Amino acid sequence: MAVTAPAFETIAPPAASARKRRYTEDQVPIGRVLLRMLAGFIVLAVFILPYTIMFFGSVKTKSQIRSVDPTYLPTEWHWENYITMWSTPETPLPQNLISTIVISVFATVLVLGVAMPAAYYTARFRFPGRYVFLFLVIVTQMLQPAVLTSGLFRQFVSLGLIDTWAAMIFINAAFNLSFAVWIMHSFFAGVPKEIDEAAQIDGAGRLTVLFRIQLPLVWPGIVTAIVFTFVACWNEFAASLVILSTAGNQPLSVALTKFVGQYETSWHYVFGISIVAIIPVVVLFMIIEKRLVGGLTAGSVK
Amino acid sequence: MSTTTDTSPTRAGAASGRPRPGGAPPGTGRKPGRRDLAASLPWIGPALLLILGVVLFPAGVMFFNSTRDISMSGVDHGSVGLDNYVEVFTFPYFWPIFVRTIVWVVVVVAATVVISLGLAQILNKAFPGRRIVRLAVIIPWAASVVMTTMVVYYGLEPYFGIINKFLVDIGLVDTPEGYGWTRNPDTAFAWSIVVAVFVSLPFTTYTILAGLSTIPGDVLEAAKMDGAGPVRTYTGVVLPQLRGALSVAVLINIINVFNSLPILKVMTGSIPGYDADTIMTLIFKYIQNQHKVDVASALSVVAFLIVIVIVAVYVKVVKPMQEV
Repeated sequence: MAVTAPAFETIAPPAASARKRRYTEDQVPIGRVLLRMLAGFIVLAVFILPYTIMFFGSVKTKSQIRSVDPTYLPTEWHWENYITMWSTPETPLPQNLISTIVISVFATVLVLGVAMPAAYYTARFRFPGRYVFLFLVIVTQMLQPAVLTSGLFRQFVSLGLIDTWAAMIFINAAFNLSFAVWIMHSFFAGVPKEIDEAAQIDGAGRLTVLFRIQLPLVWPGIVTAIVFTFVACWNEFAASLVILSTAGNQPLSVALTKFVGQYETSWHYVFGISIVAIIPVVVLFMIIEKRLVGGLTAGSVK
Repeated sequence: MSTTTDTSPTRAGAASGRPRPGGAPPGTGRKPGRRDLAASLPWIGPALLLILGVVLFPAGVMFFNSTRDISMSGVDHGSVGLDNYVEVFTFPYFWPIFVRTIVWVVVVVAATVVISLGLAQILNKAFPGRRIVRLAVIIPWAASVVMTTMVVYYGLEPYFGIINKFLVDIGLVDTPEGYGWTRNPDTAFAWSIVVAVFVSLPFTTYTILAGLSTIPGDVLEAAKMDGAGPVRTYTGVVLPQLRGALSVAVLINIINVFNSLPILKVMTGSIPGYDADTIMTLIFKYIQNQHKVDVASALSVVAFLIVIVIVAVYVKVVKPMQEV
């Protein structure tokens, strides 16, 4: 764990045994370790609580979950909810899932294709307008779709792209672009320039240098940018709410809000869908856990 | 704020919380000219196009629309000067909503930072199972805010909500059916703050953890030698060292919390009236319920300016981009 190892070593006194005997170094009495474990356990419990409620709810029946005297745990486990939920009448959930996937995948690909060359070039070369470009990138980082929604709405109406996946792909890509540029920029800037020059002397073109030489070196930065972009697109809400009006076009985040305020909300289905939607992005985030903050702060803001 | 170790290609300084355009080696020794600009376009052009077309252009459209009269069906009936702004500011609920927005941002960000400081202390200490706890703390960060909010909304439902049941069981609520938290604008707003803090904790905690990892061990050692206790060490040594991490985290949280829509939309969206709205939810009420894109644009411009002012004042006072 790259994030934690130095953290621990710098906080603990530099005893020779600090590295090997992580949890029982001489300075920390066992009582204190137990206290820390207790605190850690409470934190763990609080952070998984909402998702545990979600999971238990997802296997209850509608009458169980709406029972006037609810039980904390399901009395019977109805796994078939995970099948039947897809045909609930509130919203076309299979289409909403497809919509979420299509928008997130294409927006991420677009961000990658657009941000990588820009990040590489600004990290490697000087040109007039370089600072202007980097400044623009910072400015967009301060903006979020929510505050620009009315402008985006009118613009995509006049472009004839309102209520299309394309509109949301562009919007998601544009608002996640700056972050991806910053992360990749800092990774590219970290590769010694001599490596490029050596390759170029050997007759490699600029694109060859980028794809053959640089990419393997900055791969961690690229993965971080991909995951952040994908997760942000996957959960985007504000712009989709206004841009996508047809039920089948909407992503899951927007579709699920239709359940709230219903006469009889099918909460068990809401939670089933939520579990299905949350697991992949949580797994993605956990994969890049080590780089979560290094990447973030390298990306300046956001 | 470097969290990467030897294996990562990031330079230590590259992760210090701020872009380093000057850090990149220049392409050549000579002065850059027009030819270089042309050469750069294939590389940065697409990114530039996306920023101009989908961020700056709509911003311009929004400013323009805020001075137009746009019918519910979307037809532009010409300029109305500043009438839309007059409508925004004379709306009787505007100032309460304005104040509520400030409360929303200040309370959520302050609570988030205080709790995150504590969480980071726990997660920075060595104990068996720490990795699992750290991974658990990520979940609300990755999970959709809509979905996290919905489970809380369900839990707060009277009669069948699980949080209500728990509050009844431990005796905090004395009506057997629970309390209608989400039916009352004040309590719904208060719970929205709780959810907003909860989903802001992971990012803030991780940023502070990164800050903690940059504090040199010998500094803490020296404090100990000088006889400083844990409290004195924390306030005198650790907190000042965290300044950089904290100021970046606060800035980002301010922007995010101000722009936050889903939590209030889910928690308070079905309450009639404007007693739990912030500026952001009011914008969406103008767009979606009243179909007044022109007034929504004016209010968005106001929101936009508020964010800029807050960020500018903050950057001026705290200087988060400055090397600490």
